[in-house]
Amino acid sequence: MPTVSVKRDLLFQALGRTYTDEEFDELCFEFGLELDEITSEKEIISKEQGTVKAAGASDVVLYKIDVPANRYDLLCLEGLVRGLQVFKERIKAPVYKRVMPDGKIQKLIITEETAKIRPFAVAAVLRNIKFTKDRYDSFIELQEKLHQNICRKRALVAIGTHDLDTLSGPFTYTAKRPSDIKFKPLNKTKEYTACELMNIYKTDNHLKHYLHIIENKPLYPVIYDSNGVILSMPPIINGDHSRITVNTRNIFIECTGTDFTKAKIVLDIIVTMFSEYCENQFTVEAAEVVFPNGKSSTFPELAYRKEMVRADLINKKVGIRETPENLAKLLTRMYLKSEVIGDGNQIEIEIPPTRADIIHACDIVEDAAIAYGYNNIQMTLPKTYTIANQFPLNKLTELLRYDMAAAGFTEVLTFALCSQEDIADKLGLDISATKAVHISNPKTAEFQVARTTLLPGLLKTIAANRKMPLPLKLFEISDIVIKDSDTDVGAKNYRHLCAVYYNKNPGFEIIHGLLDRIMQLLDVPPGEDKGGYVIKASEGPAFFPGRCAEIFARGQSVGKLGVLHPDVITKFELTMPCSSLEINIGPFL
Amino acid sequence: MADGPVAELLLRRLEASDGGLDSAELAAELGMEHQAVVGAVKSLQALGEIIEAELRSTKRWELTAEGEEIAREGSHEARVFRSIPLEGLAQSELMRLPSGKVGFSKAMSNKWIRVDKSAADGPRVFRVVDSMEDEVQRRLQLAQGGQAEKLGEKERSELRKRKLLAEVGSWRDRPFKPYNFLAHGVLPDSGHLHPLLKVRSQFRQIFLEMGFTEMPTDNFIESSFWNFDALFQPQQHPARDQHDTFFLRDPAEALQLPMDYVQRVKRTHSQGGYGSQGYKYTWKLDEARKNLLRTHTTSASARALYRLAQKKPFTPVKYFSIDRVFRNETLDATHLAEFHQIEGVVADHGLTLGHLMGVLREFFTKLGITQLRFKPAYNPYTEPSMEVFSYHQGLKKWVEVGNSGVFRPEMLLPMGLPENVSVIAWGLSLERPTMIKYGINNIRDLVGHKVNLQMVYDSPLCRLDAEPRPPPTQEAA
Repeated sequence: MPTVSVKRDLLFQALGRTYTDEEFDELCFEFGLELDEITSEKEIISKEQGTVKAAGASDVVLYKIDVPANRYDLLCLEGLVRGLQVFKERIKAPVYKRVMPDGKIQKLIITEETAKIRPFAVAAVLRNIKFTKDRYDSFIELQEKLHQNICRKRALVAIGTHDLDTLSGPFTYTAKRPSDIKFKPLNKTKEYTACELMNIYKTDNHLKHYLHIIENKPLYPVIYDSNGVILSMPPIINGDHSRITVNTRNIFIECTGTDFTKAKIVLDIIVTMFSEYCENQFTVEAAEVVFPNGKSSTFPELAYRKEMVRADLINKKVGIRETPENLAKLLTRMYLKSEVIGDGNQIEIEIPPTRADIIHACDIVEDAAIAYGYNNIQMTLPKTYTIANQFPLNKLTELLRYDMAAAGFTEVLTFALCSQEDIADKLGLDISATKAVHISNPKTAEFQVARTTLLPGLLKTIAANRKMPLPLKLFEISDIVIKDSDTDVGAKNYRHLCAVYYNKNPGFEIIHGLLDRIMQLLDVPPGEDKGGYVIKASEGPAFFPGRCAEIFARGQSVGKLGVLHPDVITKFELTMPCSSLEINIGPFL
Repeated sequence: MADGPVAELLLRRLEASDGGLDSAELAAELGMEHQAVVGAVKSLQALGEIIEAELRSTKRWELTAEGEEIAREGSHEARVFRSIPLEGLAQSELMRLPSGKVGFSKAMSNKWIRVDKSAADGPRVFRVVDSMEDEVQRRLQLAQGGQAEKLGEKERSELRKRKLLAEVGSWRDRPFKPYNFLAHGVLPDSGHLHPLLKVRSQFRQIFLEMGFTEMPTDNFIESSFWNFDALFQPQQHPARDQHDTFFLRDPAEALQLPMDYVQRVKRTHSQGGYGSQGYKYTWKLDEARKNLLRTHTTSASARALYRLAQKKPFTPVKYFSIDRVFRNETLDATHLAEFHQIEGVVADHGLTLGHLMGVLREFFTKLGITQLRFKPAYNPYTEPSMEVFSYHQGLKKWVEVGNSGVFRPEMLLPMGLPENVSVIAWGLSLERPTMIKYGINNIRDLVGHKVNLQMVYDSPLCRLDAEPRPPPTQEAA
């Protein structure tokens, strides 16, 4: 969930009133936001870098507000204020207009070289804008928020904003060999080739995260003006030439990307949010984008869409009884201008370009419910009559757990993910023999594989509890995972029961006795006759030679028990002998 | 204790003695309580192999009042014998003597006397022998002289049965050291259940009480299709990033997917349908095939709902599950790479947001949580969505206790569920309420191999609706 940081006093000024922290928290809650933290720059710096560094930092109160991940229109102060003011019916939602320029329309020409790397681009112009320091900061911050969220860290969309007065159109969006791209990027004093820049930015804490998007590609995306000035090399960096400042009056905005829909949404959000500061408020100057096939479109789209929803549908989905007129009023408060039409049960809703999150009637239903107030909805119980059933494997597990504890064993809960070493090397096995599933992107060795046996977890538990009085008698009943090409995903869980006895003596008889008890509980008689159980001498690298037996029950092998091999004991950093038992309980269902 | 003066004295005496000491004799000799000596012995024993001690019991015997009388005046049978003159005595007269009744039968069985039933004036008793030995008196006199041990076990027990001889040192006469009731008892040897799984049992119980059927969740490995696509979670969603989800290298891809259904899902994502605009992007089958460790049990709910949708006609259901889920997240005091998710699902005709809130109220009431508040929220696969907050008395603020919503039509309709069927669902983690319940601030103290077993040994019963312990000082999660 994105967090937006706004200056409290600026926010209150824009809202036209002040709130106590509690009042504002309440307002947020009602609207689906969360006042996450009240802080200041000074506090943030002193928390992260110590009070010395914080000296001199601003102590202007900041509100950190959590915004739902699909509400891109609330990612800056301007949008938050507009949303809340409309919600509280203090203003009417503004209407955003695309206008044609008096002079020539700005053109962005896309060449076919972009197809393989970053094929889409859209553009628009904010004309006669008036920034202040705060507005400018908010403009930059919004781009960053969009980059981090809907743009998926610039992979889907990257935004470039430029001082139009320093450039001359038409613009060309193309792709070139990195060595052929040379320009002075933002915040640098000299020119570099794209190759050099990619190297320099490897150590840039901010930019290094975006390099992978174009790295290793033969051609890099780049935008030129008609004089060959580089505007930007998306999605990495803009040129220094066209950088915007607080004094910039005319802004050329380009969004390039791999997802056309999202590029259009991002452009719509930026221009709707900041056209507020244009001389002609809420108007945006169109730009023309010419596609490689020669066709062209004008942007931003700023499309208003009409949806029709029946009032009784909203009432039925929410569980309320409001008149169509009231529902239309509720929706209008949510930035969805609505009116009752037709037979008096139909509500026509206008979806503005800021509300790209509205894609289905259920989204409209939710907004009606939010405006109605979730906590005003009458709670009722559905009349759904059902008979409950337990999942048989879990039912058996529950029963066994209680009786394992009654037998004097203590339950532990260990991780399903572990290192290859835990399930293979430490047990004297080769990893290929385990049929384990392997994780492709573990951050640490602890998450390399899903366990194929519960034993390592139990032994690690003992290792962490060596100071506890002996004997340690532990058990766990949980799932392990084995590759299995007969299932749809190629792997299968098995419910295992594992128990260990750790003491000064190996205690095979204790573990053997536990097996006898488990079989008694499962109503499996001793003996090889059908339905019975028996243990037969066996071997395994994890066990002391001659101290291992395989367990057969109901005509199949269900597991092993024995005294652990001293090497296993040592590898798990234990010092005493230990015997163990592990069975699959699936066959006893 | 062990280095007390008595223990030292005891060790010196033992060293000097040959063949050990009698604690009782030593106590008498030192003029101290026998208990003090016994205490010293025990504390020395506790140190290990310093002294050897064996338990000896000595018994002393004393005569009862009746026994005293017999020792002095002879046994009842002897007195009967003596009171019979040579010419005999009428039995009726004999019976009137103080020792008559008891003495008569004993003297008879000793064959000292006989009864002539044919005598003219009723039965008459005669001596059979001229003299007799009063063994009873002799034995009692012996015991009186402190030599009871010279009597055989059988003789002593006979005297005891006749209530003539009694064991002394009976508990009634002895002083007892008072108990220290502030001390702890000895805990029984026992097994224990893990606290988190005790809570899991309670949650299962609550769902079962509410008539919810348990869904199968025994598949940690899931395809991206069931984990994300089926839930209408777009393929570019950040949750599908390598940074958030564990993907598999082997087996990297799901082998089978229900292709008919996959086509409907694809269409809904890329073009819309079922009243939806869709996400308008190029949906890729390869992306859906990618195997992963499920990031939520909602994937299992999706499978269950899909199975339900294939059964015609539709029947309403209530489902639940509690099982492990996996996130490739940054780990901290409240986040681990794996945790348990609790999920409840109700599918029926015409379910409303009010119904969802009503079910949530009943569910949380069973957890002992009664003050609830609902906040609008965003989840990719529910709309409307609501976060559930409860007022935490300890923290004096509202804390999130769960997430909930109505599954999106774009998720349900491609499965084949009827259009007027709504599915409400909610989820929460098992760890968080458990940490709050047991006042645990670091999740590593609760799950995983590093937990302190003492915590498991000491954890109380899980009674979710009972008064909680004093609240923790720090917010858990």
